[in-house]
Amino acid sequence: MSLRVSDLRVHYRTLRGDVKALDGVSFAMDDGEILGLAGESGCGKTTLGKSLIRMDGRMRHIDGSVELDGRELPIGDDRAMNGFRFHEISLIPQYSMSAMNPTRRIGKMINELLRSRGVTLDREELERRIAQVGLPVEVLGRYPIELSGGQKQRVVMVISTLLDPALLIADEITSALDVSTQKAVAKALLDFRDRGYVKSMIFITHDLALTAHIADTIMVMYAGKLAEKAPTEELIKAPKHPYTKLLINSLPEIGVRFEERKLEGIPGSPPSLLRPPQGCRFRDRCPLASEQCVEEPPATEVEPNHYVACWKAA
Amino acid sequence: MTTTTPTALPTEERVVRREALYFAVRNPKLVIGFSIVFVFAVIGLLGPVLLDVDSPNEYVAMPMLPPSSEHWFGTTTQGQDVFTQFVYGVRTTFLAGAIGGGIAAVIAMAIGFTAGYRGGLVDEALNMLTNIVLVIPTLAVLLIINAYLGIRSVGMQALLIGLTSWPWAARAIRAQTFSLRSRDFVDLARLSGVGTPRIIAREIAPNMSSYLFMTFILLFGSSVLIAASLDFIGLGPTEGVSLGLMLQNATQWSALQLGLWWWFVPPGAAITAVVGALYVANVGLDEVFNPKLRET
Amino acid sequence: MRQYFGRKLFIYGLTFVAAVTVNWMIPRFMPGDPVASMLARARVSQPEAVEAMRAYYISLFGFDQPVWQQYLNFWGAMFRGDFGISIYVFPTPVTDLILGAVPYTLGLMIPAVLLSYWAGNRLGAFAARRQLLDNSVLPVGYILTATPYMWLAVLLAWGLGVVAGWFPVAGGYAFSLQPSWSWPFIESLLHHWALPFLSLFLVALGGWAIGMRNMIIYELESDYSTYLAALGAPARLIRRYAYRNAMLPQITGLALQLGVLVAGALVTEIVFSYPGIGSLILKAIQNQDFFLLQGSFMFIVVGVLVANFIIDIVYVLIDPRTRTGMAGAQA
Repeated sequence: MSLRVSDLRVHYRTLRGDVKALDGVSFAMDDGEILGLAGESGCGKTTLGKSLIRMDGRMRHIDGSVELDGRELPIGDDRAMNGFRFHEISLIPQYSMSAMNPTRRIGKMINELLRSRGVTLDREELERRIAQVGLPVEVLGRYPIELSGGQKQRVVMVISTLLDPALLIADEITSALDVSTQKAVAKALLDFRDRGYVKSMIFITHDLALTAHIADTIMVMYAGKLAEKAPTEELIKAPKHPYTKLLINSLPEIGVRFEERKLEGIPGSPPSLLRPPQGCRFRDRCPLASEQCVEEPPATEVEPNHYVACWKAA
Repeated sequence: MTTTTPTALPTEERVVRREALYFAVRNPKLVIGFSIVFVFAVIGLLGPVLLDVDSPNEYVAMPMLPPSSEHWFGTTTQGQDVFTQFVYGVRTTFLAGAIGGGIAAVIAMAIGFTAGYRGGLVDEALNMLTNIVLVIPTLAVLLIINAYLGIRSVGMQALLIGLTSWPWAARAIRAQTFSLRSRDFVDLARLSGVGTPRIIAREIAPNMSSYLFMTFILLFGSSVLIAASLDFIGLGPTEGVSLGLMLQNATQWSALQLGLWWWFVPPGAAITAVVGALYVANVGLDEVFNPKLRET
Repeated sequence: MRQYFGRKLFIYGLTFVAAVTVNWMIPRFMPGDPVASMLARARVSQPEAVEAMRAYYISLFGFDQPVWQQYLNFWGAMFRGDFGISIYVFPTPVTDLILGAVPYTLGLMIPAVLLSYWAGNRLGAFAARRQLLDNSVLPVGYILTATPYMWLAVLLAWGLGVVAGWFPVAGGYAFSLQPSWSWPFIESLLHHWALPFLSLFLVALGGWAIGMRNMIIYELESDYSTYLAALGAPARLIRRYAYRNAMLPQITGLALQLGVLVAGALVTEIVFSYPGIGSLILKAIQNQDFFLLQGSFMFIVVGVLVANFIIDIVYVLIDPRTRTGMAGAQA
């Protein structure tokens, strides 16, 4: 599969004006790639994830295009997108704990869902996949309320990948989990990719550390725009964008005590996306900012497959 | 990925309240609803003062007159002025609604807060009490009590209504209190050694103030309806007049068959208007306080 | 599930005891000598009637006996079905009067409640689908549910009965006829039933429609609906799930509304002089017939308790989670 996003702009309509949540983002993904999409709250990563599969009621597709395997995705047209959903593009939502109908047995719901999409349920295949994520087959006969949070998460992961989509979007699925469960979920995702259940994945998160474990490429977003995108090793070891550098430095390191090295944060807060500032959006908080930054830096490929949007890095 | 220096939030609460007001005056349901209620409240408050008669039930004119410039709402079979009765009736009905709703609200809050905050055995016992009062049909109980004890004043009627219509509100308040109870600011207050009643009054109730207000509005509305029904059956106050009493008199004196529509249409219309306006205003209030419901 | 029903039955039992106790206690709270004041208020003229009543009251209240004995006697009489003798239709037993009126009340209430419930839920679900429908159904629903039952009854009686002359406005059947299984009687019965039924139906409909519309919107915004939509499930499936889930609080709502519905039926009957419990109560109040009132009160309470229990059973059937032992939102 191949995904190409060109200058995508998606805004939220609010009473006070348009919030420019996604303001011109371009990137590409290859077959079999796991892309980690990281950034602060409000940077646009969830908006990007949602735009690719199903838009909120308040979201508007303003400009730009998305191409999946050479075909343009009609992301602005809810009904037209239906053909792609579940079959080609699928989603593991952030709210997996409550994503299943509480008054339906899980197996029955899956059957009804598939039938409604014109697919006959392959019971054996479903049971196999359930077992693969470490769940007993009996869960299919239970109600969601009878399962634990982690179990529900895994069931939802199986459901979302049941039709072997080309692209899977995992939207902050580990945020509410403890560390060991996070690890199990990450492993399961890798497993899906390796077994061919999904071709490529976008893993949205605000946890850089976890992303580094499973993503092939990491894309860091800031204030609705792309800041840096590079293969994982490169981004972690040799980040080029000042924001990325500060981010990585702000991560606590196990074994290092506070007395030895203070945790650095990034002073200030992201700009309002209702009326975004002129030029580089990180300008106000960037230690390297200069007058050059009044003009917005484009995302340039400084090294093969390494994109940075910063005048200082190019 | 954190931003370290947290920005101070002293003005946030004021901003929230101002924001609520901003949306409140722009919400048509709320504005129209409250306006209608306000108009009737004014009629009920000032009307009797302006009309200044000894009793709305005195016989002033020829019976069964249709509306005219002299008698805006015509006259009854006994020659009473319907408009005068209407104005006094609005006042009585409003009183019944306010007092009945108010008493029910107070009881509901007392029981709901205590059950929701305390939990455990207290909660169980109060739940049982709530369920029992809930199941008993209100009208039937008021019937029996009214009939035997001959309650004949608006105040007593409202008191009895208040004593029997609180259960659903108590349940709702209890549920809300439950969810607020585990919040941080409550824990903080408890740690500081603040006593339960003060925690409820200072921490929990103010955070539910919008909810409590909406509950009171609904209780007001239902009190008005119950009082009207009681009056209609013949268990209303013996002195004065209320909208429900007007309907009762009209039915008893065959206004229906005689076609004296000016006697029975206005009182019922007024009740419908006031209660309907309250319900709609309530929906508007919900939209103001719950940003998710606002239409963009 | 046994725990669920056990709990419910316990509460209903307590409620029943409370109701009976209130019924027994209230006359004793009247100031002065209850017997004398009741006799005085009863305005019964015939001396035999007065004597029979005095003897009955004394034995009923058992003033010659200790209080607890009086209380037990009351219970005993009730279980025998002895609610005393009506004062205003002396010497008919109260039980007979009530049993004669019950079919009319039930004949009015049951169809009206069931139909308005079904139609109102469908209407509310429908309104949640389209903005246009929503904008017309909502205001109508609010107006209907804010309308006092007796006022709509009066309006319908006046408009469709007196003015248009399409329906009769008094009685359960034409006064010239005698109850029988003949067609003319049944026709007359239905003819007289139409307006009171319509009145009850319309007011109740408004409430259900609004409630259902709100519940459906809530369900349509839930996480499971969003997830299904993200996976491209057709609106049909999502709506079906939403409707099923929204029914649950609606069923609970039905139980909560029973008192209001009963009150509505009573006042509607009064407007139409329909020979059900409502008219009976009116006459009891006008004639100070306390035994009839007591009997009617007990009947209403028992009826509401039974209806509550039936609704509880229905709820268990519809919410599959109660059968596995975990109920949803049960207060």
